[in-house]
Amino acid sequence: MSLIKSSLARKFVMALSGLFLVIFLLLHVTINLASVFSPDFFNEASHFMGYNPLVQFLMQPILIIGVIVHFVMGFVLEIQNKKARGIGYVKYKGSANAPWVSRNMIYSGLVILAFLALHFYDFWVHEMAYKYVEANPEDPTRYYTETVEKFAPFWRTILYVVSFVLLGLHLWHGFASSFQSMGINNKYTPNIKRCAKTFAVVVPLAFAFIAIYHHLNPITH
Amino acid sequence: MKLYLKIWRQKDASSPGKIVDYTLDGVEGDMSFLEMLDILNEELVSKGEEPVEFDHDCREGICGTCSLQINGEPHGPDRLVTTCQLHMRKFNDGDTIVIEPFRAKAFPVIKDLIVDRSAFERIQQAGGYISVNTSGNTVDANCIPINKHAADEAMDAATCIGCGACVAACKNASAMLFTSAKVSQFALLPQGRVEAVERVQNMVRQMDLEGFGNCTNTGACEVECPKGISLTNIARMNREYLSASIKG
Repeated sequence: MSLIKSSLARKFVMALSGLFLVIFLLLHVTINLASVFSPDFFNEASHFMGYNPLVQFLMQPILIIGVIVHFVMGFVLEIQNKKARGIGYVKYKGSANAPWVSRNMIYSGLVILAFLALHFYDFWVHEMAYKYVEANPEDPTRYYTETVEKFAPFWRTILYVVSFVLLGLHLWHGFASSFQSMGINNKYTPNIKRCAKTFAVVVPLAFAFIAIYHHLNPITH
Repeated sequence: MKLYLKIWRQKDASSPGKIVDYTLDGVEGDMSFLEMLDILNEELVSKGEEPVEFDHDCREGICGTCSLQINGEPHGPDRLVTTCQLHMRKFNDGDTIVIEPFRAKAFPVIKDLIVDRSAFERIQQAGGYISVNTSGNTVDANCIPINKHAADEAMDAATCIGCGACVAACKNASAMLFTSAKVSQFALLPQGRVEAVERVQNMVRQMDLEGFGNCTNTGACEVECPKGISLTNIARMNREYLSASIKG
């Protein structure tokens, strides 16, 4: 209850859940890059993630909770912040004192949330159905083919790439900002910001590269 | 120069307000923004109209009384100055200037451009003080050795004049910069450590009770603050709060 009551506690929750998702993104992009450079390793890693009980029944639920906490808290904060202004300005020059990305985290976040729905439908729902509904036997060689085939349609590749751009914008402000929310603002801050912004560019760029690469290099049967 | 002014007029707290257009001629670049409004008011009074109400006191940039959202920015387009120190040379002949009160649910409009900023007083009263024995045997503050860097940072935080520009600039109407400056000026000094745990908890609680928004680290407050209060104060308040929550 105190999480909802205190504005500072809400900041900690946003920052911690955000940092947790950043770590997950790093793991995700590393495994995905293998689909370009080493399909065999990609199959091996995906099979491990898909069938290891610790990943499936502990880490996966924690990840889903992390995502839900982050976006629900984001909505709560947005509603409270809108209420805090009351009557709006006739003229408000937000661009004079803060970058666009920092003022529009809710919109980049909403695009990412919509993307997550598509992404869950594409991979997670398919995976759950394959394993638990259809009860298919384990096949450690299927992941590479399934992934590449997903990026065959042009529209899906474009939607993914656009979402990665918005992910980059969200991370550009959010990653470095999470340190400030946790009280870290010292002589290391300029370097922390540099690292966080590099991450915000490199990781979404890598995700976009993977999607475009598979779209341009389909599996020929 | 000739200016086209769009000013928020509101009879009282319970009446609806609206933007009213005025044209003001003969404005000189050396006038302060408040002197420009004084001239407008003299014209309005001579015509038998109600003058525009606005807050002002020292007109030296140190009291924190003047406010105004000018063309979408608190204290106008200049940096590190209050409205009373904003000069008309920052504007051009023929400019349209939109003048509004600071907007926040916690800063209700009293009349025209005057808002009630007593929420800041209540945050200060919740913990922005130290308990000093003033019974006649007070220890001289200079007897306590204080690190130069800490003293400088405490002084920087203490330069906050509580004008409310941080709240007005923030897209969330958050009062974190003000509250953090008031927490920091004590947290950095040994005299302030005695009540540090209760102070940050009580001041943050009061800030939330007043209905200010949450900080999303856009940095708008720091840019618009006429005294250059730094975001590092907010990080310090976050640390103090986390530490206080752990200590209970």
